[in-house]
Amino acid sequence: MKNLRLPAFLLALLAGLAFAEDPEFSAADTAWMLVATGLVLLMTPALAFFYGGLVRSKNVLNTMMMSFSALGFVAVAWALLGYSLALSGEGNFIGDLRYIFLNNVGLENKGAIASITIPHLLWMVFQGTFAIITAALVSGAVVERMRFPAFLLFITLWSLVVYAPLAKWVWGGGFLADLGAWDFAGGTVVHINAGIAALVAAMVLGVRKDFGRQAILPHSVPFVLLGAAFLWFGWFGFNAGSAWAASTSAGLALANTILAPAATIVAWSLIDLFRTGRVTAVGLATAIVVGLVVITPAAAFVSPLFALVMGAIGAFPSYYVLLWRARSGLDDSLDVFAAHGVAGMTGAILTGVFAQESVNGLFNGLIAGNPAQVLIQALAVLIAVAYSALATFVLLKLVGAITPLRASAKEEGLGMDVTQHGEEAYTSGEGAILVRSEAPLPAGKPKPAGGTD
Amino acid sequence: MKLVVAIIRPEKLNEVLEALFKAEVRGLSISRVQGHGGETERVETYRGTTVKMELSEKVRLEIGVSDHFVEPTVRAILASARTGEVGDGKIFVLPVEKVYRIRTGEEDTAAVTPVA
Repeated sequence: MKNLRLPAFLLALLAGLAFAEDPEFSAADTAWMLVATGLVLLMTPALAFFYGGLVRSKNVLNTMMMSFSALGFVAVAWALLGYSLALSGEGNFIGDLRYIFLNNVGLENKGAIASITIPHLLWMVFQGTFAIITAALVSGAVVERMRFPAFLLFITLWSLVVYAPLAKWVWGGGFLADLGAWDFAGGTVVHINAGIAALVAAMVLGVRKDFGRQAILPHSVPFVLLGAAFLWFGWFGFNAGSAWAASTSAGLALANTILAPAATIVAWSLIDLFRTGRVTAVGLATAIVVGLVVITPAAAFVSPLFALVMGAIGAFPSYYVLLWRARSGLDDSLDVFAAHGVAGMTGAILTGVFAQESVNGLFNGLIAGNPAQVLIQALAVLIAVAYSALATFVLLKLVGAITPLRASAKEEGLGMDVTQHGEEAYTSGEGAILVRSEAPLPAGKPKPAGGTD
Repeated sequence: MKLVVAIIRPEKLNEVLEALFKAEVRGLSISRVQGHGGETERVETYRGTTVKMELSEKVRLEIGVSDHFVEPTVRAILASARTGEVGDGKIFVLPVEKVYRIRTGEEDTAAVTPVA
């Protein structure tokens, strides 16, 4: 039962329950987790709007499809295999196959990893919504140039080969959990992991053909703000749902999920004001995401006041990495590394600084007199970075050997919407001639959009 | 004096502008236009409705130039707008009867000469 120790302990204490071997089924916990699961699922289409607004209008559908398709491909992979790899068994590194194809995942309140008070099936699908958004996050680095079929293959495999093991190490009673590294709602598993994978993917794919040659501007800033709003809303399920119960720690996590991004907005706006005299909308939307990422690993481990402090501090590294990235030769197109990778690392380390046993009932950080926790957090960050980078690199090379990763320069110039999907986001319909059903389409497949203009 | 009218691919606009800038051609207007040349068809599908897009997006440039600038202007566009595929566009060179600069009332060559 060694590997069951931490999560069971965590749950029992955080839920404010007496520590018990077999917790009872709880209707209240189940009700909250039903809602939280829906909230986290909403984050992925929200991300589609966030990312979709940031690209040029000829690529908006392709960009949004990268998130929307994760709702299918990653969810299916998770149900069939990913969940079993991530959250089952006694192993330190990878789960066993006891839940493959959802075998033994029923409505009893029993998971292999944690003692839960909600149906096992609900627990499985709540965790699945995390796998979905994490894979979708990576897409921000490869938009406007990655071939869609290659992307589908990549994220499906990535959710099994990269996400599942990391989830096992941190949440599944794996070796990072045993090490004493704490990650409340996914700073390491979700954000550092996605940020590093994005960095590697951007380098493997190479820069967009227009990168550094022309100004590539967001085509719909209101979309970006809309996406940020719904990400924030969904994040209440992400962080407060990670208490796995309708508990006091869920309440703390939700409060911190409001306070930290609020402080990030303020700090970010002030940096903007002092640097340029203006507060930008894309910047503010980014600040919300950064603040949310920073507080994620610490959501129920720190006091509300320190959540404010973490949110404010978290603005700085991401802000300056964003500035540097835009001037560098690195085309992480939508700054997944700066917003998620850097903010995730900041949050993970600061968790080791500001955590207090008097707040979380579990462990102390630096300010409560336990400096070693910072080192443990940093070590876990390093291990996650190394694994995510290496495994993502190998996987991309593998996918690239099966099917080309990049669209041709011509497809890129014409736009990914028409070339990958045969649709346009903003079409007037002028000059569109209805093809009658009796007139068969050429070979059932649109001709390459090649010489159309 | 001539009016150079060029119809080009939208995705080539930036390169064309760069090339014109290097050729020291200033003073131009662009407009987004839709048209049809000899392109192959493009099929789009929306929930079971299949359509052929007969018109494609283009950009039209209009550049008024004095005679010795006609050649460099045309060369710059030819070199920068070409992909070699059908649909690269056309350049028309039109005679111009009279040009006035509205601000100063200057006429003809003086009116198309960039302000130093």
